[in-house]
Amino acid sequence: MTEQPRNRRMEVSEASKPILPRHARLKFDETRQVWVILAPERVLAPDEIAVEILQLCDGARSVADIVELLTAKYNAPRADIVTDVIAMLQDLADKGFLTQAREAAP
Amino acid sequence: MSRLIQDAAITDASPVVQDSPVVQDSLAVLERTRSTAETYGIPLAVLAELTHRCPLQCPYCSNPVELDRTNSELTTDEWKKVLSELAEIGVLQIHFSGGEPAARKDLVELVQHATDVGLYSNLITSAVLLTRDRLAALADAGLCHVQISFQGNEPVVADRVGGYRGGHAKKLDVARWTRALDLPLTVNAVMHRQNLHQLADIIQMAVDLDADRLEVANVQYYGWALKNRAALMPTIEQIDDTTRIVEDARMRLKGVLDIDFVVPDYYALRPKKCMGGWGRQFFNISPAGKVLPCHAAETITGLDFESVRSNHSIAWIWQNSEAFNRYRGTGWMPEPCQSCAFKEIDFGGCRCQAFALTGDAGNTDPACTLSPHHAEIFKVAEAESSAGADRFLYRNFKGGTLEPQDEARQDISNGR
Repeated sequence: MTEQPRNRRMEVSEASKPILPRHARLKFDETRQVWVILAPERVLAPDEIAVEILQLCDGARSVADIVELLTAKYNAPRADIVTDVIAMLQDLADKGFLTQAREAAP
Repeated sequence: MSRLIQDAAITDASPVVQDSPVVQDSLAVLERTRSTAETYGIPLAVLAELTHRCPLQCPYCSNPVELDRTNSELTTDEWKKVLSELAEIGVLQIHFSGGEPAARKDLVELVQHATDVGLYSNLITSAVLLTRDRLAALADAGLCHVQISFQGNEPVVADRVGGYRGGHAKKLDVARWTRALDLPLTVNAVMHRQNLHQLADIIQMAVDLDADRLEVANVQYYGWALKNRAALMPTIEQIDDTTRIVEDARMRLKGVLDIDFVVPDYYALRPKKCMGGWGRQFFNISPAGKVLPCHAAETITGLDFESVRSNHSIAWIWQNSEAFNRYRGTGWMPEPCQSCAFKEIDFGGCRCQAFALTGDAGNTDPACTLSPHHAEIFKVAEAESSAGADRFLYRNFKGGTLEPQDEARQDISNGR
């Protein structure tokens, strides 16, 4: 089993093309008026910026693409944004709630 | 931008793990905005016990000793209506449980309905009734997560505990199919004196099965488990070993396997925060449609539980019914709870255990060292753990069947 690294322990880098796996669902909870991520035995409560990042995670955009969008939008130093975005996504990946779009076969 | 995602663990609603102490309070994060139930927000997750039928006969079954009969079970349409109503009032996750939920012919249909109304669905199963095709159909219907109970790491112990020949091998198959379908897998290992020696191997089994989570759940002693306490109660030495093994594995397997650990509360100093507090963040629905503060609540006599078949809404039952309000908050508490600094931390422990062991659900849970019953009960448990009475009383609709004596038992495990 060890030869096949599981996608939930992905290392997030600028080249990663992250996407939520199907067992982690980003959803707006109408009753409580908050965004939630539904996961096995857990409900995570991402804040507004995390939600914005996750909505950009479509498996096609790379982290670098996402950073570029946010840098333009918030007019903030790129280095800060990179650090924060990767930290947030890595945290989610470590919990098993982030995956990568599969590479297309050559 | 750090700490973007706050983690609000929801009440662990597995059928065999009563009242996990790993339950964290989900209220803080998600109940800031009040939901339909104004005083006590609607729980994030609800346990639906679809049936009490189960091919396994585990002696620690968390179902009540008085099992709901097939003809009293909610119909497919009644369950669908319940699921729609739950989604509408703000429930986010549904745990399909039992008994064995796959004993219901309409399981795929109910999972599909949960998906259609926006509920995140978990299947809590013994696995032995599932085929690969049915599991695939459940995945197609939108099932989000599968939890499989294991009774050991190999068939001799496991099939004896479950009282079901071939069960362990079948569970391994279903666990592999689950991962092959790319569904997240939780292994639920119910631990007691007669399988705690397998703990390290069970942890390795969970890793080999590519499970995401492992619940190491020590048996909680009410209902069937209380009847079997002498056969199940671990020794103190076993508990010490268990804690060490779990702590070591947690460090070693960080990022590989999440391990939740439920300690047996007879050996704890403080009681568990049962269900996160009675009527605070959890309810379940029994096969016959009763809305219950926990799945063992029907063991408490003298409480009337409302049904989804009544003319009350589920939100009304949650907020207003006598059974939910009886032990809510701290006002009902006697001493030593009332003046205790921990009363809003453990909410007096477990009502079902207080009832089972003291005859009054309104007493302090004897698991607490401050309970006047604690010393006596601990002494009994300790004596039982070393008395060597290993025969099980198997759970079934007949009120239980005593395990055959040794020779016959060997015949069973040898498949004769």
